[in-house]
Amino acid sequence: MLTLAANFPDGSGYVLAAYLVFAALLLVYLGITAYRLLGLEKRLTKLTEEVDGLERQRAHDATASEHEEEVKLS
Amino acid sequence: MYSAKLRTLALATVITLTGAFVLAAYYAPIEADQGFSQKIFYVHVPMAIVALGGFVWGGIQGLLYLRTRDPKHDMRSYVAIHMSVILGIGVLVTGGIWARSAWGVWFEWREATLVSFLIVFLLYCTYQPLRFSITDPEKQSRYAAVFAVTAGTFVPLNFIAVRLANPFIHPRVLNNTTGGALPTDMKIPFYLALIGMTLLFVTLSRVEMTHKLTRGRVRGLERRLERLQGESDPAGLPARSAAPQVMA
Repeated sequence: MLTLAANFPDGSGYVLAAYLVFAALLLVYLGITAYRLLGLEKRLTKLTEEVDGLERQRAHDATASEHEEEVKLS
Repeated sequence: MYSAKLRTLALATVITLTGAFVLAAYYAPIEADQGFSQKIFYVHVPMAIVALGGFVWGGIQGLLYLRTRDPKHDMRSYVAIHMSVILGIGVLVTGGIWARSAWGVWFEWREATLVSFLIVFLLYCTYQPLRFSITDPEKQSRYAAVFAVTAGTFVPLNFIAVRLANPFIHPRVLNNTTGGALPTDMKIPFYLALIGMTLLFVTLSRVEMTHKLTRGRVRGLERRLERLQGESDPAGLPARSAAPQVMA
């Protein structure tokens, strides 16, 4: 490991640090974006569930009113 | 809308930036004065140019918003400034590392180039607090656009003033008149890195705008659903709220 490090030119640590800073900045930004995307996905899932619930409720209400009309007619 | 061609853009960004950094490492010659640490140039300078360009672009979009009142220009202005501030952090940190390796200091207060960039960066750091301290959306967009135009005009003026000033230690490498012109084998990786950094800026801006538009659509759907729930069950539970519900 030390032999390998000795083969690096002078100042390579600074160069590596600078490029790592760039990569880290990019990764942090992408991480935050992914986290926000996850939040958005959760909201969409909840929204889908609520729409499904609303549709089921409406279908149930429609069936119930049809049944009431049938009872009245008979 | 902004998600179109996002995959192609992202791919082009990765290829261009990787190619530029590989060329910078293996093809570009080692500079005689600074040695290997000069390789920081290929990440630091393109990032600084794109950040400053982004600030100016934010100002142009702000001006377009003031002329047309089209919210898309306001969003573009906001995203351009947001991305440029992020790149600005990178510029200051990589610049500090380079300064430490080349001059032995993290920051040189007597160098106009460094101080002027710091002033521009700090100026734009006030954009978001200013914007989000205004609650009325229309006023928020208008004031933010005025800020973007004023500060965006300041950026090129500041740049010209710095170029006219005598350099203290920071080199003027992209200037032919002072003998600091780049050789071709340094120019190729540099311009490739500049293209890559511009593509990165465009890609991340599009990602940000897609996210904002999608969030807006989800909000709109939530409001529509609340209305529908109210219609279907008017005597039932009130519209959804984040506040805790107290049962009577």
